[in-house]
Amino acid sequence: MSDSPVHSSNYGPNYGPIDSPIYGLMAEFDSAQELVTAAHKTYAAGYQQIDAYSPFPIEGLAEAIGFHKNRVPLVVLIGGLIGGISAYALQYWVAAITYPVNVGGRPYHSWPSFIIVTFELTILFAGISSAVGMLALNGLPMPYHPVFNVPEFAKASENKFFLVVFSSDPKYDAAGTRSFLNGLAPRMIAEVPS
Amino acid sequence: MATNTQIPVADRRVPVIAPGYTFSTITEKISNIVLSRPISLGWILGFLIVFGMMNMLMVALGYLFIKGTGIWGINIPIGWGFAIVNFVWWIGIGHAGTLISAILALLRQTWRNSINRFAEAMTLFAVACAGIFPLAHMGRPWLAYWMFPYPNTMRYWPNFRSPLVWDVFAVSTYFTISLVFWFVGLIPDLATLRDRAENPWVQRVYGLLAMGWRGSARHWHRYETAYLLLAGLATPLVLSVHTVVSFDFAVGIVPGWHTTIFPPYFVAGAIYSGFAMVLCLAIPIRAIYGLQDFITMRHLENAAKVMLATGLIVAYGYGMEAFMGWYSGNQYDSFLLWNRLHGPYRLVYAALLACNIFIPQVLWLKKFRVSTGWLWLISFIVLTGMWLERFIIVVVSLSRDFLPSSWGQYYPTKWDWMTFAGTIGLFLTAMWLFVRILPMISIFELRTLLPESQVHEAAEVKQ
Repeated sequence: MSDSPVHSSNYGPNYGPIDSPIYGLMAEFDSAQELVTAAHKTYAAGYQQIDAYSPFPIEGLAEAIGFHKNRVPLVVLIGGLIGGISAYALQYWVAAITYPVNVGGRPYHSWPSFIIVTFELTILFAGISSAVGMLALNGLPMPYHPVFNVPEFAKASENKFFLVVFSSDPKYDAAGTRSFLNGLAPRMIAEVPS
Repeated sequence: MATNTQIPVADRRVPVIAPGYTFSTITEKISNIVLSRPISLGWILGFLIVFGMMNMLMVALGYLFIKGTGIWGINIPIGWGFAIVNFVWWIGIGHAGTLISAILALLRQTWRNSINRFAEAMTLFAVACAGIFPLAHMGRPWLAYWMFPYPNTMRYWPNFRSPLVWDVFAVSTYFTISLVFWFVGLIPDLATLRDRAENPWVQRVYGLLAMGWRGSARHWHRYETAYLLLAGLATPLVLSVHTVVSFDFAVGIVPGWHTTIFPPYFVAGAIYSGFAMVLCLAIPIRAIYGLQDFITMRHLENAAKVMLATGLIVAYGYGMEAFMGWYSGNQYDSFLLWNRLHGPYRLVYAALLACNIFIPQVLWLKKFRVSTGWLWLISFIVLTGMWLERFIIVVVSLSRDFLPSSWGQYYPTKWDWMTFAGTIGLFLTAMWLFVRILPMISIFELRTLLPESQVHEAAEVKQ
């Protein structure tokens, strides 16, 4: 699976429809175990446009909804390379080309002296890329999101676990999906208004 | 990857989190300190004291900017004085925060989860205090931006062969990455505070900072990757920072500075003093806020063991310096050793050996490691000792170098002391505010320590 969200006209940047009055159906669970099991069953039943929400990272949950690989490492690699190469190039250009100063007879291109700044800027650029890349790929900041319309969802940052089937899923139909989710024995099922 | 291998079956040590907690009670206990605990008289009185100390820093720096560095005790031959002593001391203290948050994360030490948040905050505040000193020491601090390479009308560029320029990059990168790491770690907890806050304005502020975090599985997946990569990047960074600080000395030729042992010995000393500061803060905080269930004796004992181990590395460094003073046959190096033991600063050196080497050896005994009172006292002694170490390195080495005609003595002035005490005030003021504004323990990482967070995938649901 690719990291990129589905970029067709009627999907938002993080899955889910943006032009339908109903965003999807939300089911609430009591434990991480129930959520992972439910996510596996939902994905196995053929629903692909789904998401799961939990108050802490759960091993295997992303895989259960069919999300296997993310591009954060690539962003970090590119950031680190840009930082390192530009740091060394800047030092070389300054010390050997534009502002050559004879310090104790050392060569202008005294590469061992340039290692430290190169290293630090590699880390700086890679580190910032990892935070910014993670947020950007997640589509954050996004203060308002349809899932927040369900009052019970406030517990998603505390002790409850949620599964959402988006109305954009080809297999989605209000009654059928609701009865499927009911079969997973959730605490409650709520319609998520967009 | 999906199987549960984290909890050993027969772990008889004190648990990293007291039994009987649920996701809900952990969340409630930590977030209530921020959201609903009333402000006590003790907090206000303490705040007034540390805020007063911080204002002393403002006065000292204000007068410094008017008069110049002549108000300090620095002069030739001792041009560095308190400014650099305090800079190195504060930077070192910061190192424990990154060690706990990054290196222990890579080593999968789950006990770090209860102390990493405030240790990272400690890092940020300590580096902020450290940063003040080189700037104030410049003489013309309003021109501090000259240290950075930028196109300017003077057509001037920094000398990238100088350790002082390396320091600018190392320290500013360290501060930035520590801030990013800390903030990334905070995002899910800010969302928790957003969802629990009752006051709409408080909710808006936390909501703004949480940036709409909703705990999506896709988001967590990227989040964990980013966090792991940040830990992997911060690990070599933290080792490099004090190495670069030690280059400020080791690249020079002054006896007592020009040694190859400096980088590892500085890094060990940094972690030593950093863990001492972690204990100095954690012991009162856990008592005041009733967090003994999350910051257990196991945490304090582990920190004491790290202190003991790094303290022994520091002791090895001192031993090697003394040995090389004799073995090198270099008269300046052997004089340095004699000067430390018998010169005008011999009492400082004796106090340093007592504080850093001899007294902390009591940590070999479990009795001292499990007593919060003793641990606090020993940590305070170690912090003092590490400050004295930097004093010995900076002042004693500069006071008597090659030519006796250029020897001198260093006498700190009241402005030196006010600036130093003032940065302690700044550090404590920031800490005072931090514990009431942000969750001082990572809530979501504590949730993952509960057995309920572990998922066993049943075979029949797998595809």
